[in-house]
Amino acid sequence: MTLASLSPGARGRVRRVEGQAELQRRLAELGILPGARVELVRVAPLGDPLEVRVRGTLLTLRRREAACIEIEPEVAA
Amino acid sequence: MSGGARAATAPLRVALVGNPNTGKSTLFNALTGLRQKVANYPGVTVERIEGRLRLGDRVATVVDLPGTYSLTAQSPDEAIALETLEGTSPHAPPPDVIVAVVDAVHLERNLFLCSQLLELGRPMVVALNQVDLAAAAGLRIDPVELTLALGVPVVATVATRGEGLDLLRHAIARAPELPRPQRPWSLPDDVAAALQPLQRALENLGYAPGVAAFEALRLIGAPDDDPRLTAHPELCPLRTEAQRQLRAAGRNPASVEAELRYAWIDDVVRRAVRREHPGRRWTDRIDAVVLHRVAGPILFLLLMGLLFQAIFAWAEPVMNVVESVVNSLGWAIASLLPLGELRSLWTDGIVAGVGAVLVFVPQIAILFLFLGLLEDSGYMARAAFLLDRLMRGVGLPGRAFVPLLSGYACAVPAVLATRTIEDRRDRLATILVIPFMSCSARLPIYTLLIGTFVPAVSVAGWISLQGLTLLGMYLLGTGTALGVAALFKRTLLRGRPRPLILELPPYRWPNPRTLVVQVGHRVALFLRRAGTVILALSVVLWALATYPRARVPAGTPPGQASEFQLEQSVLGRAGRAIEPLVRPIGFDWKIGVSILSSLAAREVFVSTMGTIYGVGDATETSPALRDKLRAARDPATGRPAYTPLVAFALMVFYVYALMCVSTIAVVARETGGGRIGWRWAAFQFAFMLALAYVAALLVYQGGRALGWG
Repeated sequence: MTLASLSPGARGRVRRVEGQAELQRRLAELGILPGARVELVRVAPLGDPLEVRVRGTLLTLRRREAACIEIEPEVAA
Repeated sequence: MSGGARAATAPLRVALVGNPNTGKSTLFNALTGLRQKVANYPGVTVERIEGRLRLGDRVATVVDLPGTYSLTAQSPDEAIALETLEGTSPHAPPPDVIVAVVDAVHLERNLFLCSQLLELGRPMVVALNQVDLAAAAGLRIDPVELTLALGVPVVATVATRGEGLDLLRHAIARAPELPRPQRPWSLPDDVAAALQPLQRALENLGYAPGVAAFEALRLIGAPDDDPRLTAHPELCPLRTEAQRQLRAAGRNPASVEAELRYAWIDDVVRRAVRREHPGRRWTDRIDAVVLHRVAGPILFLLLMGLLFQAIFAWAEPVMNVVESVVNSLGWAIASLLPLGELRSLWTDGIVAGVGAVLVFVPQIAILFLFLGLLEDSGYMARAAFLLDRLMRGVGLPGRAFVPLLSGYACAVPAVLATRTIEDRRDRLATILVIPFMSCSARLPIYTLLIGTFVPAVSVAGWISLQGLTLLGMYLLGTGTALGVAALFKRTLLRGRPRPLILELPPYRWPNPRTLVVQVGHRVALFLRRAGTVILALSVVLWALATYPRARVPAGTPPGQASEFQLEQSVLGRAGRAIEPLVRPIGFDWKIGVSILSSLAAREVFVSTMGTIYGVGDATETSPALRDKLRAARDPATGRPAYTPLVAFALMVFYVYALMCVSTIAVVARETGGGRIGWRWAAFQFAFMLALAYVAALLVYQGGRALGWG
């Protein structure tokens, strides 16, 4: 399962980041690393990009990049 | 060169570094007051802002480095920050003290850059800013614990209210006497072993051990075209080998630096931060509306409507005041000059040129005030979020929307506004198509031609043929702008599509002082860089329209005399010379001259036509000029010189042609200045002129073939 396939409001833990090295490094610098908790906050009106919360920060990512982030979904409490 | 060799009286060099949205600019303004200098780094459009700071009996110069998330030298901003801090910049000596501005609300992410800065081994102070906002979000941060963890003084500040600034100044003054910071954690054995050969090679190149360790770790994840690697290709095989060893040990070279740093950060945060129940989360509540599926786009359209109204209509009265003040000052001085060429140079050359420069100031100030409000409040990133999908259709980023929209008012501020676009190719593509958006200076031309040649009949209800024609011109320009942008992004400016990874910062009240200072910087940069060129080009155009002097027979009425003079001038002769070229698109030499003279500003077309037809001080609504145009005959055939078809061809020509020296000057500056910039400006002028010619040719010849001539 990837971050792109989460539904708004759902959370997960990052398992692996794939894609080009450059993308992996940029995401890693912002704290998107294996073990980090992420939340898909919402989707933009036209369906892309996505708004994501990670380490207390809100980020926007396109679906394409979010699909490179493999996650372990958390069961909603 | 050692730090101790510098006399204690020499100004201390301080560099402010930090992530975007940390309140860094506000802190900079609070520390330095208004004693600031703004300039561009050579060859790039990154701004260099420097100010002065009093530290007891010492003076310090403070440089505000561009906001950056890390020292990976990806964008020009980051490359400049890295060069300056490492002391490898050709433009600036290394700082004596680094002030790392850290956003207390996003401590974890901010500590990433901080951990890189520590390894540069320069005296350093951390300004833990926005502690008030952190407290509101339920975060209590212990500065003492943070000081112990980082090994450099940490001062809590609230830059917007000036809190903690005295302590910060004191810490900056004392920082050079403290032990130098170093990496406060150590590499795991396998990573240390893999990096060792690369690190030693860097030390042999002259890097201090701490910096070499930092660079070795950074280069492992850096792209292949990192400036350090292209400068020292012998490092590449060492790096490849280190990456191989790391992979063999089960690590990811692309993210190993971040993993190690965040492991340390997690530990620091556990010790220094206490989480209490968070207060009301305003940002989430506001976003629920601003980013809402329906409300979000509506709010965006309302805001853009307001921006459009502001630069289109509200700037107008201020512009008129500026113009009349410049003119009356000009006339007051002109009356002291003898009648003749000197007075003409003064009023028609210099005063007109100064007016041509100053007239842009209200629009630039309003546009940048608006942009500053959107940026500093946190809305701009949201606008990019809303628009990204739409703009990607033409290959431009969401941020290109505001500059394109501003182009309807005036291309000059719009081109300046492209500075918010990070990617160089995206920015160039936007700059290249902005002048297709019909600016307000085209309106007098459209008004004159539509009012003269398009009948005021109703098409359907309140929709008139005249209004529809005007709308058509705007749509033609807009459609072309988007199409040409898409074309450029697929050909000339094709690049790897950059991933959109953007922070949505928490909403904040913009700081009025920071806003005003920023607007002042933009206006100052415009006046100094582009204003001088615009003034010079205006004087050149005046000379071309004035020389050689014609011998006007005594007793000629003044209106006819100026017509006579224009005909005899270089510009008039050039207009006649290009007549064979403009004949196929339906224009005569009079239109040719007016087009050439409208390079000063498009609306000059109207007054030049007025001069040629002996209607002094003509405006686009003068009935006299309209009558003369309708009555004008082709001397060869005796048929009307101007038909509705000619008017259409002429309007289409103006939709496309870049007849504006001010825009050309600004584009040359903003695309890199010097030879590179002028080459881009020349390219833009040439392709727009070619497009204008072909489009006018199609309209005129096509219309004639259909029997509309």
